[in-house]
Amino acid sequence: MIRLEKRPSPSRFWQGATPVLAVVLTMIAGGLMFAALGKNPVEAIRTIFWDPLFNPQFAAYSRPQLLVKAGPLILIAVGLSLGFRAGIWNIGAEGQYIMGALFGAGVGLAFYPAEHWFIFPLMVIAGAFGGWIWAMVPAILKTRFNTNEILVSLLMVYIAQNLLASMSLGLLRNPEGGGFPGSRNLSQYPAASNPELIAGTGMHWGVIAAFVAVIAAYVLLQRHILGFHIKLAGQAPKAARFAGVNPTGLVLLCMGISGALAGLAGLFEVSGPAGQISIDFNVGYGFTAIIVAFLGRLNPIGILLAGLLMALTYIGGELAQFMLGLPAAAIQAFQGMLLFFLLAVDLLSNYRIRLGATGEAAR
Amino acid sequence: MTRPELLRVEGVTKAYPGVVANSDVSFSISQGEVHALLGENGAGKSTLVKMIYGLVKPDSGRMTLNGAAYTPAEPRAARASGVAMVFQHFSLFEALNVAENVALGMENPPPMKELASRIKAVSEEYGLPLDPARMVGDLSAGERQRVEIVRCLLQDPKLLIMDEPTSVLTPQEVDILFKTLRKLSSEGTAILYISHKLEEIRALCDEATILRRGKVVATCTPRDRSAREMAELMVGATLTPPARAGGAKGAVALEVAGLSVASPIPFGTTLKSISFKVAKGEVLGIAGVAGNGQDELLLALSGELLAAPEAVRIDGAPVGQAGPTQRRALGLVSAPEERLGHAAAPDMSLVENALLSGALRQALTRRGFIDWAKTETFAEGIIKDFDVRTPGTQVAARALSGGNLQKFVVGRELSQTPSVIVINQPTWGVDAAAAASIRQAILDRAAGGAAVVVISQDLDELLEIADSFAALNEGRLTPPRPVTGLTVDEIGLMMGGAHGMEVAHHGH
Repeated sequence: MIRLEKRPSPSRFWQGATPVLAVVLTMIAGGLMFAALGKNPVEAIRTIFWDPLFNPQFAAYSRPQLLVKAGPLILIAVGLSLGFRAGIWNIGAEGQYIMGALFGAGVGLAFYPAEHWFIFPLMVIAGAFGGWIWAMVPAILKTRFNTNEILVSLLMVYIAQNLLASMSLGLLRNPEGGGFPGSRNLSQYPAASNPELIAGTGMHWGVIAAFVAVIAAYVLLQRHILGFHIKLAGQAPKAARFAGVNPTGLVLLCMGISGALAGLAGLFEVSGPAGQISIDFNVGYGFTAIIVAFLGRLNPIGILLAGLLMALTYIGGELAQFMLGLPAAAIQAFQGMLLFFLLAVDLLSNYRIRLGATGEAAR
Repeated sequence: MTRPELLRVEGVTKAYPGVVANSDVSFSISQGEVHALLGENGAGKSTLVKMIYGLVKPDSGRMTLNGAAYTPAEPRAARASGVAMVFQHFSLFEALNVAENVALGMENPPPMKELASRIKAVSEEYGLPLDPARMVGDLSAGERQRVEIVRCLLQDPKLLIMDEPTSVLTPQEVDILFKTLRKLSSEGTAILYISHKLEEIRALCDEATILRRGKVVATCTPRDRSAREMAELMVGATLTPPARAGGAKGAVALEVAGLSVASPIPFGTTLKSISFKVAKGEVLGIAGVAGNGQDELLLALSGELLAAPEAVRIDGAPVGQAGPTQRRALGLVSAPEERLGHAAAPDMSLVENALLSGALRQALTRRGFIDWAKTETFAEGIIKDFDVRTPGTQVAARALSGGNLQKFVVGRELSQTPSVIVINQPTWGVDAAAAASIRQAILDRAAGGAAVVVISQDLDELLEIADSFAALNEGRLTPPRPVTGLTVDEIGLMMGGAHGMEVAHHGH
């Protein structure tokens, strides 16, 4: 008989060890799945985890992609994690990400073809503002009318997606684009572009912003009273009221930060790797970032690692698809296993497993 | 008087990780006997009755009921054997009526109509009148307890276990309950009565088993012993009551005038035009049966519940619209009744919990950045001054026992050089020695010039430390009166008498 027993305090050892254990378990379970599909499991796992970074044939392309993909995931997830810590559920980062791209690109394109040093900084501010204002809608509706921020922020995503389509076909369409949908290419407009800063690394301003956000969030949560109040409000809302935390202010703050960071991610993406506003502008980061936030235990350092790991499985997964002919569904199942094992073994940090007879009847 | 033996407990032991709750406990109850189980908080009373009621299995030892081996696997089996229990915390649904609540606790409830008439018959027979159609949410604590008792009586129990039944009753309601219990006992029902109120036990019980740290330290006949003797058996030491300084009173520090607010709690009590003044150096004791507005009053004073600006004044400044932080800045500290989740965050360490309310007055932050070293020192100070038993400051609050956490929470507030102190249930769940030291600490702060409001359901506690006394009754506060010269009868009437149940025993 297996029994779970709650630990008096969470185990520090298991908090560190569970992610490693989860990756090992995923490799075993995933390997079995790949073997069942008739592929060599060792080769498949090597293709996913090792080749993107170290295979001389692919690494030149794949390695920079790691930061390009991880950057926006980390930036958005760090913002979301603050709200999630406080029990404020912003599910609409995808919409805030799109709005940040639209606002930022709009400001940049308004100056085209002028060359001023201030254009890109202005775009950064506009991108953050776009994400922030989109997050303020569910935030204010929640604080004024007690609506559910999960629903409202999610529905705002669909509005943003339609705006994106409308903008790339209308207002922001490239007048010299021969009628094709999509804006001018910002990466070919130096004053508004977000270039790769060090060749061959994938490092751009958005990745730097992500690292800064990780450090700032870490300091906020560990050292600042505001971070303490965020954690308190999430763990014990009544105790937070007792401590003097203003719930309205906290909702506005957390939604605002997560919206602004998602908007920034959108701006850096549109002015850098994507280059232009288009109907199929690199979307999906806003939703994947929710997974990254939880994978990283809502902890900034954890999110940094989770974002890199998630990016790696995406890049490696694509590689495995065309190198080994693995079906896309198998890759998704593999990613799902990773998430499953991470969350499942997390139980060990709060509970210990006891084997043997029960000492006490269940209540 | 030799009555046949009903229940025998022999050498029962139960250990939890880190603590032996019961060690080799033996005692027996005869039919119709009222048997007291006495002991401080944490002495092992609850564990023992949980074993008798089938909630917990003993590690070793045996029990017999009517001579046959008795090993209830679950409460249902205990009930089937004729053992019933009334818990200290009621398990009732407020949104259902009395009959529905009773039906939920029965194995095979009869049709509603029949059940309602049986409830009426049984409740009147035992002097506990109940209207089966009333919503439980509208009942007073005393009436809710009657629902629990009637639910047990309908099953015709041979042994009725009552856990601290009088903690929610006014003195008049206690009298009514005792009449009911005596009638039950005269009909042959044995009663296992758990309490630490010694005068009650002397008035009611035939025999007493006294527990200390999980062991039986004495058995006695309560009527033959003085309350003091039993208290010393319970505590294992001689007790010294706290010393009153009785200093001169200063200017009014906390003034509440016409405070009316709706409760934020479902089925809570609306506060209705509450007014009182507390001077520097004065202790105002506020009594009342649970659920008469105590929680709401604390929230309104701490700043968690806002009121009209002029309704609350600290040192003359209107603060009705000021939140907890602003009130702390003016010198007001408060300790809510609910320790885990309200006064403290369960999963946070003691250091973080020290920061929770101490950040401002102890200057634990600089430009918003937390000085963890200073916070740690503050937490260590509380632990040392208030004798909080904990392995360290990094332990999560939920790992502490209720009494130790209470000492920490009260200590945290009293350590902040407050000028106004508001505490709800300061010694709830704390052992006698620690309770005495908490009371002493409160009196010391008052002697140092703090204005103190103590809300408590423990009348003895209030009479011991308060200078003036008021009672909350359905959200209204009686005008405060000096404690000197108050009689128990007067106090009972201030608390609302028996909530309209004086007629209950006229027929007997």
